[in-house]
Amino acid sequence: MQFHSLLTMGIFENLWGILLADASSHAFGPALGLSVHDLGVMRGARSVLAGLSFDVTAGEALIVAGPNGAGKSTLLRSLAGLLPLCAGHITLSGVGAPDEDGDIDHARYVHYLGHKDGLKSALTAAENLNFWAAMMARDSSLGLFANKALTSTEALARMGLAHALDVPVAYLSAGQTRRVALARLLVAHRPIWLLDEPTTALDTASQLRVRDIMCAHLGEGGIVIAATHTELGLSSARELNLRPLTSGASS
Amino acid sequence: MLKFANPTNFLRLVALVLPWLTGLTLVLFAVGLYMTFFIAPADYQQGESVRIMYLHVPAAWLSLFIYGTMAMAALGTLVWRHPLADAAQKAAAPLGAGFTFICLVTGSLWGKPMWGTWWVWDARLTSVLILFLIYLGLMALWQTIEDMGRAARAAALLTLVGVINLPIIKFSVDWWNTLHQPASVFRMGGPTIHVSMLVPLLVMALAATFLFLTLHLMAIRNEILHRRLRRLSMLAAQTESETLS
Amino acid sequence: MMAMIQALFLRDIRLARRVGGGATLGVVFFLILITIMPFAIGPDLVLLARIGPAVLWIAALLATLLGLDRLFQSDCDDGSLDALRASDLPLEVIVLVKCLAHWMMTGLPLVVAAPAFGVMLGLEPDALWGVTVSLLAGTPALTCLGAIGAALTVSLRRGGLLLAILILPFSIPVLIFGVSAAEAASGGTIPFATPFLILCALSLMALVLAPLAGAQALRQMDE
Repeated sequence: MQFHSLLTMGIFENLWGILLADASSHAFGPALGLSVHDLGVMRGARSVLAGLSFDVTAGEALIVAGPNGAGKSTLLRSLAGLLPLCAGHITLSGVGAPDEDGDIDHARYVHYLGHKDGLKSALTAAENLNFWAAMMARDSSLGLFANKALTSTEALARMGLAHALDVPVAYLSAGQTRRVALARLLVAHRPIWLLDEPTTALDTASQLRVRDIMCAHLGEGGIVIAATHTELGLSSARELNLRPLTSGASS
Repeated sequence: MLKFANPTNFLRLVALVLPWLTGLTLVLFAVGLYMTFFIAPADYQQGESVRIMYLHVPAAWLSLFIYGTMAMAALGTLVWRHPLADAAQKAAAPLGAGFTFICLVTGSLWGKPMWGTWWVWDARLTSVLILFLIYLGLMALWQTIEDMGRAARAAALLTLVGVINLPIIKFSVDWWNTLHQPASVFRMGGPTIHVSMLVPLLVMALAATFLFLTLHLMAIRNEILHRRLRRLSMLAAQTESETLS
Repeated sequence: MMAMIQALFLRDIRLARRVGGGATLGVVFFLILITIMPFAIGPDLVLLARIGPAVLWIAALLATLLGLDRLFQSDCDDGSLDALRASDLPLEVIVLVKCLAHWMMTGLPLVVAAPAFGVMLGLEPDALWGVTVSLLAGTPALTCLGAIGAALTVSLRRGGLLLAILILPFSIPVLIFGVSAAEAASGGTIPFATPFLILCALSLMALVLAPLAGAQALRQMDE
């Protein structure tokens, strides 16, 4: 039954997408916005998120808070398109053009930085960043943000690691490694940043640098969604409090 | 269909059907075995040992039928993500391995008087042996991956890859066999089999199929109950730790 | 798109050269397998020459499969896989490129080393040529099939043994036609082209199947 309702919902969504696409091609286009409606995610047989709805618009930061096990990482991973949704939908507006189904694949417009850094310890910081710059680069015809990427050198300098350019990541400290990972956000421009505990292992000076790059991103009209226990120092951030779901699955 | 797909409804259905299914299986086996030993004629060439066929051929049929069942369940896992399909897959693998093993052992017992050795690298036997290995691999996969849903999806994918590969394996083993030993071994002539042998064979095949259905339903039921038990104990552990803290 | 494929391919090659010991490790394992055979069978060169193609093929099969368990696991462990999935490359293409890079660093060196090791087993020039060409055509299939296993066991700490158990039965057709082609090259009842073309077909099929099944497995396993 649920399967059927999802299917029909999908069809209507697609119709709307086509209508919207037609409308927006005449106007200047809507502003960047991410809207989550009635999101539900299961891990195994356990329901981790249910009935979650929120909107984030350009220049806005959303801090996802809550105790351990509340589903913060699950939320970020599902927003990044890494987990299938069992209910609800995520819509993205204001970037690129919808494909023929009327959908925008939101996963193509996000930077997802999880607990793990996504760096190869055998490669140098520059090699790692150059690789990600090449992999995440966008065709300039597709997005609004195509030409705003920094080079690896510039990005590392922004994170205060200009000297570590040619050092294999294996030789860097935990905090330095995290900063190289954060520099990945700068070498390819994506409008939505999904950050899971971005400031882990960072000292105060580095935390300020992270705040700076986040503020700059928001200033350019980007979106930041971060899960964290520590204060990020963003003045305008909204907060989303998650509570663990205690009830077991119905079946 | 979807109504029975709910595990609770399914358990109710199983409780209703299982006694009848068990009874039917027993009756079919009684009739089939009687026909096998008292009605079916001994072969003029093979003598009494031909009676192994009435166990061997149904086991061979089931070794493939169970794989088909498992492949259907695999689709259920991947497309509809249904927990019942997961349970059906998991329950089928050991049964498939079991029937394939029976097929191999009876083939070997049959082969001793026929070929003079317990084992020959005959195309048919070799293919069944590889199928047996695939069943064992699937069981190993189920045992190694702790997360149930993940194990189900991995097993489902491997089962479906097997659906594509099994005909290729069968073809290559046949090719290999004709290359290395010209066909000299006993081949069971398909349509030339006499009615007095065919009827007992069909009854035994039906009996074995119903045996599988009965065992499969039982195993699915156990799997569902097992999961519920696990979930309850997990829930209990959770509430306990919450009251402590 | 081509730039991304190139970046991924070069990264995997570079990583294999820096951490995996590059091409040498697989070849050394291959050499050791060839070396222990005469100890098990006896140093009879006539016998060794007769079973040589089969020995080389089994050694290549094991050397390929045993090195594959980290193919996706290292990317999964350090979070690279999550980021790769957000790139514009479809996961199927990512799997294919990773297979290709892996084959360049393990399969191809085995092919190159095969004639030298074949000489050690007393193979005639015809047989040497046959083994090498059949390995060239067949090892991509082995890598691709192994990649499916690597994707299925990506979440397991010690997935190597399970990978071999899962995938070896599926690689039997490749072995059958690989050895047949190698033996047909040195004279036999069948022409070389028959098993060789089937071997090529198996490789092409694996090249299609592995990206589809591997990508699906990675999606399912990474949840």
